[in-house]
Amino acid sequence: MTQANANNKMVIKLVVIVFGMFGFGFALVPLYDVFCDVTGINGKTENTAAVYESIEIDESREVTVEFITRTNTGMPWEFRAQTTRMKVHPGELNTVSFYVRNPASTNMMAQAIPSVSPGMAALYLNKTECFCFNQQPLNAGAEAYMPMQFYVDPQLPEDISYFTVQYTLFDVTARAGDMKTKPNPYMVPQPESGR
Amino acid sequence: MSKANEVIAPNVAAHHEDHDHHSHIPKGITRWLFTTNHKDIGTLYLWFAFIMFLIGGAMAMVIRAELFQPGLQIVEPNFFNQMTTVHGLIMVFGAVMPAFTGLANWLIPMMIGAPDMALPRMNNWSFWILPGAFLILLSSLFLEGGGPAFGWTFYAPLSTTYSGDSTALFVFSVHIMGISSIMGAINVIVTIFNMRAPGMTWMKMPLFVWTWLITAFLLIAVMPVLAGAVTMVLTDKFFGTSFFDAAGGGDPVMFQHIFWFFGHPEVYIMILPAFGIISQIVPTFSRKKLFGYASMVYATGSIALLSFVVWAHHMFTTGMPVYMEMFFMFATMLISVPTGVKVFNWVATMWRGSLTFEMPMMFAIAFIVLFTIGGLSGLMLAIVPVDFQYHDTYFVVAHFHYVLVTGAIFSIMAAVYYWLPKWTGKMYHTGLAKWHFWCSLVSVNVLFFPMHFVGLAGMPRRIPDYALQFADFNKWISLGGFAFGLSQLIFLALLIKACKKQGEPVSSQVWEGAEGLEWEIPSPAPYHTFETPPVVK
Repeated sequence: MTQANANNKMVIKLVVIVFGMFGFGFALVPLYDVFCDVTGINGKTENTAAVYESIEIDESREVTVEFITRTNTGMPWEFRAQTTRMKVHPGELNTVSFYVRNPASTNMMAQAIPSVSPGMAALYLNKTECFCFNQQPLNAGAEAYMPMQFYVDPQLPEDISYFTVQYTLFDVTARAGDMKTKPNPYMVPQPESGR
Repeated sequence: MSKANEVIAPNVAAHHEDHDHHSHIPKGITRWLFTTNHKDIGTLYLWFAFIMFLIGGAMAMVIRAELFQPGLQIVEPNFFNQMTTVHGLIMVFGAVMPAFTGLANWLIPMMIGAPDMALPRMNNWSFWILPGAFLILLSSLFLEGGGPAFGWTFYAPLSTTYSGDSTALFVFSVHIMGISSIMGAINVIVTIFNMRAPGMTWMKMPLFVWTWLITAFLLIAVMPVLAGAVTMVLTDKFFGTSFFDAAGGGDPVMFQHIFWFFGHPEVYIMILPAFGIISQIVPTFSRKKLFGYASMVYATGSIALLSFVVWAHHMFTTGMPVYMEMFFMFATMLISVPTGVKVFNWVATMWRGSLTFEMPMMFAIAFIVLFTIGGLSGLMLAIVPVDFQYHDTYFVVAHFHYVLVTGAIFSIMAAVYYWLPKWTGKMYHTGLAKWHFWCSLVSVNVLFFPMHFVGLAGMPRRIPDYALQFADFNKWISLGGFAFGLSQLIFLALLIKACKKQGEPVSSQVWEGAEGLEWEIPSPAPYHTFETPPVVK
């Protein structure tokens, strides 16, 4: 084998590594999500509705769940939980209502992103219904009470007796496109002639 | 290795035909534009790095002038942020990395007995795309809205949601810098694998060659990840993707994971060649063999491997679970073991040696002492509970400037003082060199040591203004900074004199205790060396 051939072969191998590592950089994105899903260390909850069926309610245990709301920078909506703290039994179905109001003069679209702390608890928070599953449109000046229905998995580790669910509301109007396609199902009916 | 002997010979002959006579050196600007000579390209890299060092240094002067006293005096906060950002980018990608690549170009072929780098044309390209990259980056400062102002770590969403349009220029310039580094690294690896002289076995290679080989593998492993990260920033900002945008299902914390997966090996890319340089210099002026050669090689390898599993120590305050903090804390502390092996080996090499203190040795000893200070403050930062206090304070700034300025940059200066006579054939002006050393040594400590104190007292990084109680220390820091900046002009004067070939002629060995193939060829090193490979016994 000549020197030039040996060099070329080696360069090809190294270039393959380079492209492989470039791909690996992007592969880190799904890997990160899988890793967080499996270990639950990121405090992300499932983005699909859980099914609630024949779960034994553990009356002997009481878990405190706290709800915090915030809006992202530049998001003008009012956003608060109607109940900020509740004691629940694992396995029991509960509902919390969240109030939103769009004070802006334009119709807007919002997306709520949940985060649970400690992150571990996210694996045991099952939501049968949540406003965070979908983008929420709201006309200018409109308000809505959005429900979130959940139960805590009785498998919740013994050492967790208190956890916090935080929702951050993001303005996604720009990426949502047409605003009129879907009215908000939770919207409070508006008086006809404005206010 | 007898096989290598057979394969090198025909290449040498081919090389001869390219340049009809081997003493013929092209003249004028085209010599530098079209050169494929490893020595020319090494020189280009080193001058480029030095110019970038001065430009990045000028930005540091702006930062220190603003911080000389509390309040906003000289620059707008947004411009201040651009200065901290571009200062970091230029020093990392424009000064330290090209300087090491320049040294690799000059020295690796001479140290392993090769006639040139393995891929000389690619070598030309990997240098000549660099000035373009930095032109793009620097010109973005003059655009409306200014250049990048999100810190050299370009954390999302600062670099996506809250950045200016010049972010696109930043992304492209980082792409080009990355391609340049990757091409340089591929060249180094192929050269070292395929072009060693007969008898130059792996465990006979000089440590500078070893450390650069490992650095080159780190480069091809992580520079593509950086390219991926900046690409994601680009598409998030301009093309509506949501890699780092929580509203679209992404995660800004993931940016930090991807960035530091590149970023931590990157800091070893900037220090492993320095370890190699010091391991060349200390034995020469101790007139002893390097203590623990094999352990140096294995320590370098272990540091490189460990560098891939410690990245999250930059992110202790992002809300990681305790067991992950523990893992990254202990993995980080583990790195101090092979690093400690190196420091003790250098000290053991000096132990009972016949020491003399020429300029390279002065810088090498300063490196060992000051790099160790930087290493120990790094160990402090690795401790999770105290990191919650130190995080994003000037303590961090003090730490990484001790390892990068008095570490990496002092090692580069040591290397220049060590090999410059070999390159020019003349001894440089030692009077100026002494002035440069002592002024730099004193001022660099006035500059960076008090940063530990203001950091522990709670002064945050990357701010143009600060609370009154930090005023005295900041005045000292700024004075040290100005003095350190001016000291580098002495270095500039010395280098200009050296390039004009002023000074006493030197022998081929240059230094009494120097050993290695590069000291067996004449000084100045001829344009073409080792066209017939030497035999290493």
